[in-house]
Amino acid sequence: MDDGLDDAELERHLRQSWETPRGIWNALATVDHKIIARRYIVTAFIFLILGGLLAVAMRIQLARPEARILDPDRYNQIFTMHGSTMMFLFAVPVMEAMAIYLVPLMVGTRNIAFPRLNAFSYWIILAGGLLLWISFALDAAPDVGWFAYVPLSGPEYGSGKRADIWAQMITFTELSALAVAVEIVVTVFKQRAPGMSLDRIPLLVWSMLVMAFIVIMAMPAIMFASSTLILDRLVETQFYNPAAGGDALLWQHVFWFFGHPEVYIIFLPAAGMVSTIVATFSRRAIFGYLPLVMAFIATGILAFGLWVHHMFVVGLPRLGESFFTASSMAIAVPAGIQIFCWLATLWLGRPVFATPLLFVIGFIVTFVIGGLTGVMVASVPFDTQVHDTYFVVAHFHYVLVGGAVFPLLGAIYYWFPKMTGRMMSERLGRWAFGLIFVGFNLTFFPMHILGLLGMPRRVYTYQPDLPWGGLNLFISLSALLLVSGFLVFVIDVVRAWRSGPQAGPNPWKAATLEWATSSPPPAYNFRRIPVVDASDPLWMHPEELAVTAGQRVDRRELIVSSVVEALPEARESSPRDSIWPFWAAIATSIMLIGSIFTPWAVVWGSIPIAVCLIGWFWPKGTAEDIS
Amino acid sequence: MKERAVLDVSKLPLHGLSTASPTWWGTCAFMLIEGSGFALAIAIYFYLLSLAPNWPIDAPPPDLFPGTMLTLLLLASIVPNILVSRWATARALAKVRIGLIVMTLLEAAPLAPRIFEFPAMHVSWDENAYGSIVWTLLGLHTAHVITDLIDTLVLTCLMFTRYGDNTRRYGDVEDNCLYWNFVIVTWLPLYVCLYWVPRL
Repeated sequence: MDDGLDDAELERHLRQSWETPRGIWNALATVDHKIIARRYIVTAFIFLILGGLLAVAMRIQLARPEARILDPDRYNQIFTMHGSTMMFLFAVPVMEAMAIYLVPLMVGTRNIAFPRLNAFSYWIILAGGLLLWISFALDAAPDVGWFAYVPLSGPEYGSGKRADIWAQMITFTELSALAVAVEIVVTVFKQRAPGMSLDRIPLLVWSMLVMAFIVIMAMPAIMFASSTLILDRLVETQFYNPAAGGDALLWQHVFWFFGHPEVYIIFLPAAGMVSTIVATFSRRAIFGYLPLVMAFIATGILAFGLWVHHMFVVGLPRLGESFFTASSMAIAVPAGIQIFCWLATLWLGRPVFATPLLFVIGFIVTFVIGGLTGVMVASVPFDTQVHDTYFVVAHFHYVLVGGAVFPLLGAIYYWFPKMTGRMMSERLGRWAFGLIFVGFNLTFFPMHILGLLGMPRRVYTYQPDLPWGGLNLFISLSALLLVSGFLVFVIDVVRAWRSGPQAGPNPWKAATLEWATSSPPPAYNFRRIPVVDASDPLWMHPEELAVTAGQRVDRRELIVSSVVEALPEARESSPRDSIWPFWAAIATSIMLIGSIFTPWAVVWGSIPIAVCLIGWFWPKGTAEDIS
Repeated sequence: MKERAVLDVSKLPLHGLSTASPTWWGTCAFMLIEGSGFALAIAIYFYLLSLAPNWPIDAPPPDLFPGTMLTLLLLASIVPNILVSRWATARALAKVRIGLIVMTLLEAAPLAPRIFEFPAMHVSWDENAYGSIVWTLLGLHTAHVITDLIDTLVLTCLMFTRYGDNTRRYGDVEDNCLYWNFVIVTWLPLYVCLYWVPRL
């Protein structure tokens, strides 16, 4: 038991129970949420860099008319890889990775729920990313856009295995995202520190919870889409073949039923990050906690009522278009509530304009612009004019980069000290922010004008007599400014990780529980589990942390609490490290890649997966396994 | 930061059952995922139906016998399934062991009529969109039955080892029973769609 032990002895026991031993085998077997989250974050940022390099390649090609740097086939692969990488291998994984790292710490528990599933989810998304990028290196990458519309991605037009690779990469992503969503929901529902009732949950945790529910409800749609696409291609089902009773528009319905909520899968965690950063640097509790929570939930619900605004030009019934116009505009209401709450917090507080807050301000500016153009394209007549032009490219980059990447970069600056124990540079941070903010706006704002001038998306070149050359050159040069900002950011991360100044437990004097432990946190997160009596516990009790006593230290033990009031219900053992999730991911990857070529891979591939799952599930004979 | 112990948790049980168990919530979350998937598949069935001039497309309605037989077998398994769950709550090891053997057989039994359901549709998966969606719905549910059958089989083996008599394992049995109920519940709308909607 943890009572009756002095701090040093307690820490020694907890280390023995929770730490992952050194060595490659143990690294593959670890189930520590922090280690897995760090891997996830680093992997996602590597994909961001790769996806960014593809964007640079596109901008070089488009810098002048009739350039011959990329041929049309390679260009198609590149814009497909750029979109797919950014959406499926960077944006969603990085937000979930932040949740994997932060949620257990913020709710005051020692590990995420289902930690082996967590390890599995990382290996799976890594395998999916490798599949996509190895295919690109082999000149076999998908070339059908990140949306893979049929019939271009179907058996009639999609040559070779390119669309199959895209579809299976999606399946890897689904598996990973769904696993993490379940972990987040259960961690938030059942592993909150005693006393952390629903009205005391940190806003970031609320946002991650809503995000997880969106994943749970939306991902089955893309699962159906990718599976039926590959079935149409491999075993000649007829889902998307109009000649046999199928429908090409069915693809768009199913894809966008997932695709639009995906925007909020990315945006809501960012909104949670913004709420946290704004409160900390305003030195006051967030203004409008309850309205913000309600706005997160409303956004999550409304996210499912918008998908048809991606399909206004396909000829749907007018009544349907009107409904989706109204719902698309309605989502501006919860977005507006959030913006006003953040501004009110800044207004009423004493803001300190450190780098994380600068990124948040950059977010507010860019996201508001993206939101306004969003209201514009929610209108059918306007959308009909600008559909598939660079106006839309500008709009969604303002929403996605403004709405997610700016807050994420602010979040990295904010939580980097917690994750690594070291501070990033304020000076380099300001340079990074300035270059990224200016570079982003100079790159993407002119795309609105290009779109209004009629330049279509996804074209690999254009004629010199069209009025697009000057703006394209300007945009390409501005993109270099944006890239230089990211370069400064990367330099700052590497420099700080290796030799940044020590951070200490709570360098920002923040209020939430992750700052109650050391930086970086030990394997067991907290020496003793906190007891919470306020939504800003570290501001309410800056000197002394109320904690529990009476937990075992000879095994990995968590406190399970009730859903609403977070009253303690049980002491539950948390799974030990295991190599089986790694093997299960390998077996699953072989099965999924094999099924690109033959449906029998699903049959025979299921056997090793079942073996791995039994190994994963079977008790190991430790004392806790035997009554 | 100083720490002050304000709550003694030493008297709490070492595992929670039902809603006190994280695994129960995880099972519910996975049921929500799969339920969303089935709901979407049913929506697509009706979407394709709405586009087709005739439904079923170029095929007579499915034969009722195998699907109805399977439905009855599934419904018959509800009572023993509930009993096994209750025995697990009561930690009645002997009854749980026997109950799990019975449930393994009852979960395997529907696979026999399922084999005859595919030809009973009178359409192949690659003939038209109707064939594609009905084979997909049957395939999804078959995968559902098989995965739960394997889960039950492994759990049955586990309950006969020294690890069986353990609160955590009883919780697993309860969750497995919950999941089988879900397998049954998801089948009922599928049965209506597959067998009765084409007769409307």
